[in-house]
Amino acid sequence: MRTYAAEEGGGHILLPPLAEIIVGLVAFGLVCFVLMKFVFPRMEQTFQARVEAIEGGLKRAEEAQAEANRLLEQYRAQLAEARTEAARIRDEARAEAAAIRDDMLAKAAEERDRIIAAGREQLAAERQTLIRELRAEIGSLAVELAGRIVGESLEEEARRRGTVDRFLAELDAQPAGSGGR
Amino acid sequence: MSGQPTVFAAEFPPGTDSFEFDSLIPALRDTAAATLVTKITLLVWIAVAALIIFFLVAYRDPKIVPTRAQWMAESLYGAIRDGVCREVIGREGVRFAPYLTTLFCFILLTNLFGIIPFAQISPNSHIAFPAVLAVITYVVYIWLGIKKHGFFGYLKMSTIPPGTPILLLPIMIPIEFIQNLIMRPVTLAVRLFANMFAGHMVLLVFILGGVALFEAENFLLRPVSLLSWATAIAMTFFELVVQILQAYVFTLLTATYIQSSIAEEH
Repeated sequence: MRTYAAEEGGGHILLPPLAEIIVGLVAFGLVCFVLMKFVFPRMEQTFQARVEAIEGGLKRAEEAQAEANRLLEQYRAQLAEARTEAARIRDEARAEAAAIRDDMLAKAAEERDRIIAAGREQLAAERQTLIRELRAEIGSLAVELAGRIVGESLEEEARRRGTVDRFLAELDAQPAGSGGR
Repeated sequence: MSGQPTVFAAEFPPGTDSFEFDSLIPALRDTAAATLVTKITLLVWIAVAALIIFFLVAYRDPKIVPTRAQWMAESLYGAIRDGVCREVIGREGVRFAPYLTTLFCFILLTNLFGIIPFAQISPNSHIAFPAVLAVITYVVYIWLGIKKHGFFGYLKMSTIPPGTPILLLPIMIPIEFIQNLIMRPVTLAVRLFANMFAGHMVLLVFILGGVALFEAENFLLRPVSLLSWATAIAMTFFELVVQILQAYVFTLLTATYIQSSIAEEH
């Protein structure tokens, strides 16, 4: 194992050799020149461009947001309008349906009344016919019956006929409750 | 003095010789230009080339949405621009960001050579390089101060602290003068140099010490070499932190000095 004593004092390490100073100046100068001329100014430009891009992007985003809000409002208004319209149409339809129904009910009632009235009229007419037939028949039956009871024909006698008619007229003149029903 | 300090474990304990490298061009040995082309200067040129290539390639076609390399380059610049220039100097400081970023990157990379395999020594462990950088910082901040306040205005500003009683002026003026105009660049250079020098020395001590222990005649000492090497590994991580920190400190102090030069008078 060899050992060497350090050079006396070793103070020369604080004395820079001229050649190294020159190398240091030239080398650092070169780095400074290239980086400060070609690299860092462009970096500042890029930073600036980036800031502008971001700010521009924010502005565009704000505009898009505003546009979206405007459209949303518009759609909401339209939607509300459509709802009102729908409600109106619905009310109208309901009213119309009610009107139709009332109309039909009225018509049906009218028809019913008409049918009932017709039925009544017919009944009344038939009753009149029946009454008329019955009157004729009852007249002849009564005459025939009276003839048999009296024992002689009374047909020739016009007075008799008058008597029967008078008799029937008297029947008619009586209150309606006893004869017609 | 050893002629071959780069030979593996050639010497123990390491001394200042460990920082001296022969010229890579044999013809230049023992001439005044002996230090012109050595491992150290070669590393400096490699750093120069690496920085220029990295930044030019990363920024050959900048995009609003950055690529990975572009993002890395921008992060470095942005860290110094916003973390140092704006913080220390203020809004005006952004115009110094290119220089300070260059300074930071150059120091950081040359520092990192201290632990990068095969390089394994930082050029900043030679006082010449920190001195050059410190002198540039010095010239820049003096020049900015004179430009802003005029020669005497700046001299007054940097030698007389505001509110100093007149009786104290004879003491304060020399102290402030030495501190602001002489010691600043010296401490700046020596701080970086000494850190890198000491870091390299510490690594040499543990690595070469491990070798020395491994080769020890007393075989009981030999296992201790493992401890030594383990410490060397730990110190390598420690060095990484120191290297980054010193690059940052150098940049931060430069920014502080620039700020003090262009500040309004108190």
